[in-house]
Amino acid sequence: MAATVSPATLSADLSRNQLLELYYYMRLTRVLEERLVALYRQTKVIGGLFRSLGQEAESVGSAYALDRARGDILSPLIRNLGSMLVQGARPLEILRQYMAKGDSMSRGREANIHVGDLARGFIGQISHLGDMVPVMAGVTLSFKLRKQPRVGLVYVGDGATSTGAFHEGLNFAAVQRCPLVVIVENNGYAYSTPTAVQTAAARLADKAAGYGIPGVSADGNDVVAVYQVTREAVDRARRGGGVTLIEVVTYRRKGHAEHDDQSYVPAGEIERWAEKNDPLDRFTARLTDGTGVPAAELEAIDDRVRGEIDHATDLAEQSPAPEPADALVGVYASPPTVPMQWYREQRDA
Amino acid sequence: MPEVTYLEAIREGLMEEMERDPNVLCLGEDIGAYGGAFKVTEGLLARFGADRVIDTPVSETGFVGAAAGAAHMGLRPVCEMQFIDFVSCAYSILTNYVATARYRTFLPCPMVVRGPSGGYVRGGPFHSQNPEAAFLHTPGLKLVCPATATDAKGLLKAAIRDDDPVLFFEHKYLYRRIRESMPAGDHVVPIGKARVAREGTDLSIITYAATVWKALEAADILDREDGLSVEVLDLRSLLPLDDDAIVASVKKTNRALVVHEDTATGGVGGEIIARINQLAFEWLDAPVRRVAAHDVPLPYAPALEDFVLPQTADIVRAARWLAEY
Repeated sequence: MAATVSPATLSADLSRNQLLELYYYMRLTRVLEERLVALYRQTKVIGGLFRSLGQEAESVGSAYALDRARGDILSPLIRNLGSMLVQGARPLEILRQYMAKGDSMSRGREANIHVGDLARGFIGQISHLGDMVPVMAGVTLSFKLRKQPRVGLVYVGDGATSTGAFHEGLNFAAVQRCPLVVIVENNGYAYSTPTAVQTAAARLADKAAGYGIPGVSADGNDVVAVYQVTREAVDRARRGGGVTLIEVVTYRRKGHAEHDDQSYVPAGEIERWAEKNDPLDRFTARLTDGTGVPAAELEAIDDRVRGEIDHATDLAEQSPAPEPADALVGVYASPPTVPMQWYREQRDA
Repeated sequence: MPEVTYLEAIREGLMEEMERDPNVLCLGEDIGAYGGAFKVTEGLLARFGADRVIDTPVSETGFVGAAAGAAHMGLRPVCEMQFIDFVSCAYSILTNYVATARYRTFLPCPMVVRGPSGGYVRGGPFHSQNPEAAFLHTPGLKLVCPATATDAKGLLKAAIRDDDPVLFFEHKYLYRRIRESMPAGDHVVPIGKARVAREGTDLSIITYAATVWKALEAADILDREDGLSVEVLDLRSLLPLDDDAIVASVKKTNRALVVHEDTATGGVGGEIIARINQLAFEWLDAPVRRVAAHDVPLPYAPALEDFVLPQTADIVRAARWLAEY
């Protein structure tokens, strides 16, 4: 039976500086996405733009529970920008990536935040949902086989829990007792499909029972609660206790992507979450009222975030587009460059 | 050197690579205590232990995906498909994730997916498939199809050492039917170089896997009964395809017959013929022809299977047509 973690029972072992760091990453995520929206409207973002508005707490809180110094690795989804920032991705890299620049992390090959960097501990998703569960099962299998004290974390949405890849990957990881934490983000919708149409399970955390692993459900808009529940799962994985499935209950306040008008959402639902359950508002109140952090200190962080993003935007806009012929490089390790296709005329020959 | 079967040669290749490199591990269904459905991995568990010979759940997407993740981290996984027919269960993760990881995000993905393919064994529709064409248009993968025991070992060793993902199609008809003595020492056959299985001057048969042997039988008959000198080119790998070897053979004989066991429409033969057309059209004295399976699911009954799959007589007939053209 899946347990529910109540924030009231938490005694988070986070220092004041760590709490402020959590706040910084949540604010950085939100403001960076707002900047991306502005660039999208100027047609400077290429392709779709995916927001995590209202979900910043679960991305940041869960990633913060990993130990970067030990080489923990996570695999983010499009709505886990915050987790990548925690792992060390910088706004400039994200901006270049969304603007399809030649000096972006993927050199213009990949869209949005489908990028990875093993050194900093993130592996980008592909659009085929659920596939990163078996991949991260294998990453963490390598940790187990090499007896490294490292942990992996993979995000899936409520929709991806319906895929075969999710099932096969989770089953494999569970039976191999891989040091893996699976975060199921239940944000209410998979594109336009509400969770109740996605699954008959009352709670997504209940799916854990079928794999013989612990399943817990947490308030995804409480960054400390998400941190705490993930930290417990990370510690268990590092001790050799295997896989934990964590359902973080949150809400997707924007559409699937920026083009989505959310006409399928019942009236008032978005506004209700925005007014009563915004993760940044909640955490701000907790910091100022509960922990006694002066509001001015948080405002200084907000200013710092805006400054960083302004600076990064200036740099990203100056970045060049990729060189077209770079498209032929790196499909294989060997040969390193695909030969100019011999059945197509060379355009400038 | 004692002779070993094609199957034993594969096992030797696996064992040698596992001895040589502690990063090599095997994943698959029933490959441990049972030694695999065809016993390719027999003895590996005892020698290398359960950490390196991993019995997996029945979940091709699960363990192929896990192999990719492990490969990112520096391991060199070798996945066994119990029958290569089941690779279609992992088609999405192979083509979308494994094949693109290096290009999209610069993640290394050195892994091998191997398994028994092919017919002539009365296996029916789901134990006889030749799925190579389904992967031929997936940049990022390498496709290897050994025809001889020596190549099966040498190409497998190369595949395991390759830094790119390799699909390794073992032909189950050949598993226990051919025996060869293995070259001494560390026998590695580079991927991407075709092999002239028989020299000839009148006609080139371009083929791979089990039909190499049918082409060689046909060449004997054509030599004996028609006085024709037939060259047989064993492609060994389909990705990359050895254009130079194909073109060299066609320029030498001026007549080309492409043979494969897979069905004709959308098969590898179409790609080979298109390349010959582009690269050696003016050297041809006859249209390029192909012999392949009929465009049907492979049926079970011997009378049906024998009718559907290309046989030596089909190759002889097509070669005579070409020679007389």
